[in-house]
Amino acid sequence: MNDLTPEARDRSVVQHPRLSFRDLLDEMVSGLLGRPGRLVLTALGTVLGITALVSTLGLAKTAGNQIVSRFDELTETRIVISPSDNGFGGNDSTSSIPWNAETRLSRLNGVVAAGTKSDVDISGALSRSVPVVDPLGINEHQISVIATSGGLLEAVRGSIRTGRYFDNGHSDRSDPVVVLGPAAAQRLNIFRLDTQPAIFIGEQSFTVLGIIDDVAREPDLLNAIVMPDGTAREFFGLAAPAEVHIDAAVGATALLANEPMTISESGTAANMVQIALTPDDPESLRTQASQGYTAVRQDVEGDVNALFVVLGAVSLLVGGLGIANVTLVSVLERTPEIGLRRALGAARRHIAAQFLLESTVTGLLGGIIGASVGVLTIVAVSAVRDWTPVLEGYLPFAAVGLGALIGLIAGTYPALRAAQTEPITALRSS
Amino acid sequence: MSLAVEPTMSDEPSTIPAVIELREVGRTFPGPPPVEAFKPSNLKIERGEYVSIIGPSGSGKSTLLHLLGLLDRPTTGSYLLDGIDTGHLGDNARAGLRGSRIGFVFQSFHLMHHRSVLENVELAQIYNRMPRKERRQRAVNALEQVGLGHRLSFTPRTLSGGERQRVAVARALVTEPSLLLADEPTGNLDTEMSGDIMQVLDDLHGAGLTLAVITHDLDVSRRAERQVRIVDGSLHEA
Repeated sequence: MNDLTPEARDRSVVQHPRLSFRDLLDEMVSGLLGRPGRLVLTALGTVLGITALVSTLGLAKTAGNQIVSRFDELTETRIVISPSDNGFGGNDSTSSIPWNAETRLSRLNGVVAAGTKSDVDISGALSRSVPVVDPLGINEHQISVIATSGGLLEAVRGSIRTGRYFDNGHSDRSDPVVVLGPAAAQRLNIFRLDTQPAIFIGEQSFTVLGIIDDVAREPDLLNAIVMPDGTAREFFGLAAPAEVHIDAAVGATALLANEPMTISESGTAANMVQIALTPDDPESLRTQASQGYTAVRQDVEGDVNALFVVLGAVSLLVGGLGIANVTLVSVLERTPEIGLRRALGAARRHIAAQFLLESTVTGLLGGIIGASVGVLTIVAVSAVRDWTPVLEGYLPFAAVGLGALIGLIAGTYPALRAAQTEPITALRSS
Repeated sequence: MSLAVEPTMSDEPSTIPAVIELREVGRTFPGPPPVEAFKPSNLKIERGEYVSIIGPSGSGKSTLLHLLGLLDRPTTGSYLLDGIDTGHLGDNARAGLRGSRIGFVFQSFHLMHHRSVLENVELAQIYNRMPRKERRQRAVNALEQVGLGHRLSFTPRTLSGGERQRVAVARALVTEPSLLLADEPTGNLDTEMSGDIMQVLDDLHGAGLTLAVITHDLDVSRRAERQVRIVDGSLHEA
């Protein structure tokens, strides 16, 4: 001991101040709870920011999902088959689609509904709903005529406003019946079916069985006179169906239409649907089907997200500035307390740690409340809109962490200011 | 290290170092113009002494208080506290020394209003990591010593001025400091309460505590057994 310099001896007998973590926590808690009103106001900024961020991100995801799922569902389940230029028939104009296409396809797993659809050539004949030939032609209209099989309405997700759609029995018997698209019905002045109205195409009369309400695909049906395939063949000489429409089950499109089952010598692939329709010459048909939707979904989601993330980030920045501001004011206001603590032996780092911890915990509390309110907002909006709430599982937790981080960053400058406060100045300022 | 012993028991066991020893300590505030707030002076306060430092405002009382309390560093000379030369100690060491060996009593009490009386007193011990149980017991003892054993869970707001200052005295006592440094302890109190506090200080002195009271009030000053005058930044024994 004698070989020590007096300075070294002095240093060795002095105990440096120490503060246990538990005491630091206690001081932080009572520092915050001592001014509950201020705590609420300080946390409010972060609450708003985090709420905005969580709810916008969640709603973007939810809404994006909603938009995309509607969009997808319609396009992804749609398959259209039409004649191609390939196959044995070469470039002849007669389609190789069989009349019983609907029956053939309904046996395939994944087909919800199928039906044929062809434009009928009526050689410019006019249509009217009154039996007399009107010399002025006021009641005569040029309306297109479409022939379908009985299952088409279902395949295009159509609905009937009144009456019924014809079935394959009408087609087999070539009954003179028609169904009207709503626009066509209006032009022909037919609104009710209890009077058993009939229309004339040229000189031939047809009984109106029903009026279509709406269709999800093939909107040309809305402005047409629709008749069974057999009727069109009998009265207007329709040679073969021009198109087959399939409503596939969700997820079945790839299997039905996109995966090649056979590949011909010429390198043309044929899928299951084509083989089912024309097993002897599948390459004579062409398939149109959605190629997948993942890219589309990501695009839509990306657009929506970018916008909302900017909004959330701005509100968070404001929240962070709020914490920084209030903490700074708090530091200035608590200058006497800082002086007292320094007089009681606190080191600068203890003062900094306390203020930093207080602002971090404020941010953390704001984050917890904000994340909760955000999630509730998503659920509430979804409930009102009848949407399925979609949220990344990590988002609420990340948001809480972000709140704490903002508190930490926002508290850094005020904490350093507090630590640099000279105890003399601090004690004098009371 | 075995060195962590009281310096009083070290190399020269026969001499007990003074609690406070100022050797030509002066404090000049850099200008412009530079102000010599405290002129190089010597002062020795022995263990168990009760010293009052009296002077009018502007005489350098506050500067001396800050120097004695390790809240400020002298520009010249050396200051020994319990024989430890504080000149070459860093900020942390000075904070540690301040927390363990000096108890402060301020004119404006400096209590935390949203904490209980007991918590206010306990606060003085958190920076030297005293075990919680012992800390609480010591705080209760200190409060009983100043006659506030029945007010432990009160908040300072509900106490009278004299009671508040007694809480502050208890807080200064609780670390068993070498020196109790009081700055105008009665400055915010009426006569009756002042007498009350001065009685508490007398009792503490009687119990062996070393006291330095800085004041401009002659009545307060007269209670001390030794009076030092400070005029224009220099000390004179009265």
